[in-house]
Amino acid sequence: MRRREFIKISSYGIAGATLLGGVTTNWFDLYGDQLPDPGTDGDRVVPTFCEICFWKCGILAHVKDGRVTKITGNPKDPLSQGHLCPRGTGGTGLLYDPDRLTQPLLRVDKRGSQEFEAVSWDAALNEVAENFERIKARYGAGALALFSHGYGGSWIKHLFKAYGCGNIAAPSYAQCRGPREVGFDLTYGWTVGSPERTDLRNSRCIVLVGSHLGENMHNTQVQDFAHALRNGADLIVLDPRFSTAASKANHWLPVKPGSDLAILLAWMNVLIEEDLYDRDYIERYAYGFDQLKEHVKSYTPEWAYPRTGIEPDLIRRTARMMGASRPATLVHPGRHVTWYGNDTQRSRAIAILNALLGSWGRKGGLYIPAQVNLPPYEYPSYGAADHRPDRANPSDFPLADEALAQGIRDATVPDIPGDERIRGWMVYGSNLPASLPNPEQTYKALQELDFLAVVDVLPVEMVGWADVVLPEATYLERCDEPFAPAYREPFVSIRQEVVPPLGESKPGWWIARELGHRLGLNEFFPWKDAMEYGESRLEAAGLSCEHIREEGVVRAERQPIYFEDGAVPEFYTDSGKIELYSQKLGALGFDPMPAFHDDEIEDPPPGYFRLLYGRAPMHSFTRTTNNRLLSEMMDENAVWVNATIAKEWGLEDGERIRLKNQDGVVSTYTAPVRVTERIRPDCVYIVHGYGHTARGLHFAKGRGISDSELITRYTVDPIMGGTGMNVNFVTFVRAGEVAENGATGADAAVAEEVAS
Amino acid sequence: MNEFTTTRHNPLIDPTMHVWHGEVAGYLFLGGVVAGIMVLMGAWLLMRSDEDRSEHLSLVPWTAPILLSIGMLLLWLDLENRFNAFRFYFVFRPLSPMSWGSWILLAIYPASLMLAWYTTPDVLRRKALDWIGGRIPTAVGRLQRVDAWILGHRTSIAWVNVLAGAALGVYTGLLLGTMASRPLWNSAVLGPLFLTSGLSTGAAYMLLYRLEDVERVLLTRVDMGLIVIELALVAIWLIGMATGGELTHEAMTLLVSGPYSPAFWSLVVGFGLVVPLLGDWIEQAQGHVPGRLAAFMVLVGGFALRWIIVYAGQHTGFSEGMAALF
Amino acid sequence: MSEKRYAMAVDTRTCVGCTACVLACKTENAVAEGYSRDWITTAVSGSFPNLQMSIHSERCNHCENPPCVHVCPTGASYIGPGGIVLVDHDKCTGCKACIAACPYDARFVDPRTGTIDKCTFCVHRVENGVPTTACQDVCPTRSIFFGDINDPDSEISRVLRERDHYVLHPEAGTRPRHYFLK
Repeated sequence: MRRREFIKISSYGIAGATLLGGVTTNWFDLYGDQLPDPGTDGDRVVPTFCEICFWKCGILAHVKDGRVTKITGNPKDPLSQGHLCPRGTGGTGLLYDPDRLTQPLLRVDKRGSQEFEAVSWDAALNEVAENFERIKARYGAGALALFSHGYGGSWIKHLFKAYGCGNIAAPSYAQCRGPREVGFDLTYGWTVGSPERTDLRNSRCIVLVGSHLGENMHNTQVQDFAHALRNGADLIVLDPRFSTAASKANHWLPVKPGSDLAILLAWMNVLIEEDLYDRDYIERYAYGFDQLKEHVKSYTPEWAYPRTGIEPDLIRRTARMMGASRPATLVHPGRHVTWYGNDTQRSRAIAILNALLGSWGRKGGLYIPAQVNLPPYEYPSYGAADHRPDRANPSDFPLADEALAQGIRDATVPDIPGDERIRGWMVYGSNLPASLPNPEQTYKALQELDFLAVVDVLPVEMVGWADVVLPEATYLERCDEPFAPAYREPFVSIRQEVVPPLGESKPGWWIARELGHRLGLNEFFPWKDAMEYGESRLEAAGLSCEHIREEGVVRAERQPIYFEDGAVPEFYTDSGKIELYSQKLGALGFDPMPAFHDDEIEDPPPGYFRLLYGRAPMHSFTRTTNNRLLSEMMDENAVWVNATIAKEWGLEDGERIRLKNQDGVVSTYTAPVRVTERIRPDCVYIVHGYGHTARGLHFAKGRGISDSELITRYTVDPIMGGTGMNVNFVTFVRAGEVAENGATGADAAVAEEVAS
Repeated sequence: MNEFTTTRHNPLIDPTMHVWHGEVAGYLFLGGVVAGIMVLMGAWLLMRSDEDRSEHLSLVPWTAPILLSIGMLLLWLDLENRFNAFRFYFVFRPLSPMSWGSWILLAIYPASLMLAWYTTPDVLRRKALDWIGGRIPTAVGRLQRVDAWILGHRTSIAWVNVLAGAALGVYTGLLLGTMASRPLWNSAVLGPLFLTSGLSTGAAYMLLYRLEDVERVLLTRVDMGLIVIELALVAIWLIGMATGGELTHEAMTLLVSGPYSPAFWSLVVGFGLVVPLLGDWIEQAQGHVPGRLAAFMVLVGGFALRWIIVYAGQHTGFSEGMAALF
Repeated sequence: MSEKRYAMAVDTRTCVGCTACVLACKTENAVAEGYSRDWITTAVSGSFPNLQMSIHSERCNHCENPPCVHVCPTGASYIGPGGIVLVDHDKCTGCKACIAACPYDARFVDPRTGTIDKCTFCVHRVENGVPTTACQDVCPTRSIFFGDINDPDSEISRVLRERDHYVLHPEAGTRPRHYFLK
C-alpha cells in the first residue's frame, strides 16, 4: 500500500472516529450544559408589609433594575413567618396592572357615566377642598362622611377627625365582623380583633362554623390551621358546602343554611348534660351557668335534627369530641359573619361554647394578646366630632360600637330631611357597590350626593361614580403608619417605599396632608412625610428606626398569653365575669342567651336556591380579580350546583348561565355551572368578587357573576345593625331564556349592551 | 361521581396535549411514501433489473428526495425553535428514535439520489452529463467516474435503498410506539403498521404515474398484499388496546366509537383500505388493468391514518383531560 | 459520601391547594405569562354527603427513568446535578418529543424562546447555597418538603420514613422522585 493511500485512509479513519466519538459524547463537553438561572433575586431587597388583603403580612420585595421581580415572605415577621399566601405572592400583578389609576381625574359627564378628564393634583385637590368647605359651611361637618377600608386610610381618617367630621365607617363592621365583635364583647368584654386571637396552632380540636380556612387565606390562620392538623388535631366543620377545610375534617356537618345556631345550642346541651364542660373554669370565671343550663335543656340533638338536617348521633359525637380535648378546643369565631341577621346571637353562642370548653385565655383556645405601645403622634385635640347620630350611628342599635356603613348610605338618600342628610362622601379603598347590600339603594345615594371623592389604586366601580378621583400609590410605593397589632407576641412592622409611585399616583399621607393644608388644618400635618411621622412614634417607643427599616420588623418582649402562664383573667363585662347570661342584652329586650326562633329560618321559594358566597385562596374581594397574575389561577367564578339538582334541571358542567334572584334581578354576566356533590341541594355557591362592570378594569370586566348585584335583600341584626346577606334566593337563567331585564341569557356581549 | 379540577392551563398542553399538528401528520405521510418508493424500487432493482421499465417508473425515484424535502420542511416548520435545528446533527442519541430519524433522513438523500440516477434511462443520463459538462467542464471527469460507479453497484444501491427505506418507514412508528405516555400510540404494532402503510402508499403513489400495464398489475398486486397485512396490523393494534387495561381501552374507544370513529372507519378503514382492496380484487378478477382510483383512495386513507393517529394519540394520556372528550 | 439525589414530597393532609406555590414559582423563575410549571389538582369522590377530596400540588417529577431525556434527539433534555431533570435551552430545537413522552404533561413550550420549560427544582438556588425551592419556601401550610434523599438525616428522608406516601402513575414506569404524603 502506498504511503499516500495509507495517510488518506488513516486520516479519514481518525476523522471518522473523532466525529463518531464527538457526536456521542456532546463534543467532549466543549459545550457543556448550562444551568438555568432566572435572575430574579433583587439587587435591593426591601422589607415592608402587604396590602392585598388586610392581614398585613411582612414581605420582602425584590427589586432588580428598578422593577419588582418577586415578593417573598419576611422570615422575621411574626405574621408571615417568611411564608406568603398566593395573593401577596402575586402583588406584582397589582403593581404593574396596566389599568391602575395614575392621574387625578375630574368627572366630565353625569355621575356614573365613567367619563373623566385627567387634571393636575392641584386642580383635583382644590376641587375636593372647595366642595368640602362648601358643604361644611352650609350643613356642618356632619354632612360629610368617610368610608375607609385599608391601612392607608388612617391618614384620611385623621384628616376627617381634624375637620370635625365623625361619620367614618368601613364595610368591615356591619357587613363583616361587627356581629362577632359585639357578640364576644357582650360575653367576655373583649372583641376578637384582627389578627384574631385564636391559638389555632395549639388546638387539639378545631370547630369551624361556616369558616372556610384554606379558601379564606388569612395567612397566619392557615399556617396555624395546618400546623394543628399536622399535629393530629381533630377538626369539625359546620358548612352547607364541602369546603377545603371540610375535606380535612373528622366530621363534616352539612348543616341547613340558617340553622347553625341550633347545632351550637345542641352542642351546649350535650356538653352540659354529659358533663363535658370545664367545670372548674366555669365556676371561677363565668356568670349565668344555671340560667344557661336551664335554657339549653330543651335544645337536644333530637330537637336540632329536623331543623338542621344533622343526625342526633353525629351532634353528640362531635360534642363529645369537642369536650374530650378541652380546654384546647377552639370553636373558631369566624370572621365574615353577617349571614342571616341573628349573627350577634350566633357569635354569642360561639363565645359561650368556648367558655364552656374553658378555651378563652387557654392554650389551644383564645389567647390574651399583647401589643407594643407605640405612643400616638402628638397632635392638637380633634375637638368634638359632628356626626348624624340617627343614621350613621343609629340610636336603634345602641350596642353598635362603630359606625354602620349602610347607615351612612341610608342617610344620604333623598327621603331624609334636608338638614340631616349627608351631602358629601369621600371613599378610600372601598368598592361600595360591591360591599353594601341592596345596590339600588347605594346607586340612589350616589346619585343624590352633592359631592363624591374617591381614593383608590384601581378604577373599580366605586371610582366610576366619583366627581374627583385621587390615584393612590400602591402599598409597594408608599410609606404608611407603623403597624403594632395586638398579637400573641408584640411587634412593630413598617411599610416603606419599595419603588417610586407610578405616574402621578401619590401615597395616602400626601393626599391627606395636601387636603389638610387646603382645609386650614396645617397644625394637624406638622410632619414632612410619613417617614418622619413614623420615626417620631418609633423613637418615642424607644425603637431604632434604622434597624426596623433594615429588618422590616422589630419584636418586643413576649408577654404571658395564657392564664396558666400569668396572663390576667379580666373580663370587661358589667359583672366582671364571662357572661353566659347577658344582663345587658336582657335589659335591652333581646334574648339574654341565644335562643333559636323557628320563624327566622326561611326555606327557598320553589325553584329557588339560597345564594351562598365565599372566598377563593388566590383572590381578595373585588380588588384582585383584575390582577392578571392572580387571575391565571382563577379568572372567573362558577356556580356550584348540587349534582342531583343539576340533573333535575338538565344543567351540564361548564354550561354558562345567569342567576336571577327573588326580586327579579338577573346577573349582568354569565358564569359556568359547576356540577358538584360538594354542596347541599338547597343552596348554590359562588366566590365573591367577580362580575365587574367597571369599564376601566379591562381584564375583569364581564367575567363571572357578581354576588353583590344579587344581594338586594338583607336582614338587619337588631342588636348592632349588621346586615345579614345570605338571605337571597336565586334560580337559574339559561342561555336562550329571556330574563326580566330584557336581556337574553345568550352571551355576555349582549348583556353588556343592555346593561350599559 | 368523580370531579376533577386543575389550575394548569398551559397552551398546547391543556385540556389535552396537542403539540403536533398537520405538519407532523404531513411529514409522516410523505416519509411513508418515500420509504415505499425506495423499498419498492430497491426491490425492483434486485429482482427485475434486466426488464424494461417505463419512462415514468424510471424517473419516479427522483421525486423521492423532493417529497422528503417537503416533509423535512414541514418538520422544520413544526419546530418551535427552528433555527436550532442543526443541533440534531451535533449528537447521536441511541435511545432516541427521533435522533435515529434525523440521521436516517440525512442518509436518505445520497441513497435515493443514487437510486434515481441508476434508474434514469441512459439517454437522459447522458443528456444531463453533457449539459453539466457544457457548464462546468472540470467536473466532467469526476461525474463520469461517479456515473460509472453507480451503474456498477446496482446490488449495493438497491440494498441500501431497501434498508434505508425500511428504516425510514419504521422509525416513525417506533418513535410514537415507544411513548408509554400516550396509550393510543404505545404499541409494538405501530412500527410495522407505519412501515406497511408507507409501502402501501408508496406503491399507490407510483401507480399515479403513467406506467406500463404489466407494471400497474404488479404494483397493484403488491399493494393489495400490503393492504391485507395492514388490515391485520390495524386489527391487532385495536385488539391490543382493547385488552391492555383501562387507559388503552379508553384510547381505543376514542378511535372506534368516540369522536374520531367516523373518520377512522370511513376514511382509514373503508375508503383507505377495504374499498380499494375490493376494487382492485374485482378488477383483477375481471382482467382489467388497474386504474388510478384505488391508488388515490389508498393515498387518502394513508394520510387520514397518520392524521388521526397524530391527533387522537395526543388526546390520550394519564391525565384527566381525556374524559372531557366523551 | 454518596451522590446527592434531590426529591420532593407534598403533604396532602395539610395542603389546601391555595396556589401560593404556583405563583411563587412563576415569580421566582420568571415563567411565561399564561403558563405554570406547577399546578394544583383536586379530585373528589363519593356522593353527597359522603365525600372525599384529595389535593395535589404537582410539577415535573424529575423521574429516575425519564422518558423525556431518552427521547430527546439533541441531548437538550438531560439529568443534571442531584438527578434534577433539566433542559439546556441552547440545544433545544422545540421538537416537543419530550412533551409527548411525559406521562405527567409537566412540560410546555416557552413562547418567548421556543424551547421547552418545566420545573427545575429551583436548581439555581439549591445548587447555589439556598437549600429550598421557591414553592417550598412560600408554602403557608409547610406542606412541601425537598432535599437529598440520599442523606438519611435530611428532612425529606425523615418524612418519607415516618409517613405513608405514594407517587402519581407509577405504572408509567418512570420512577418519579416526587412523593405525596398520605
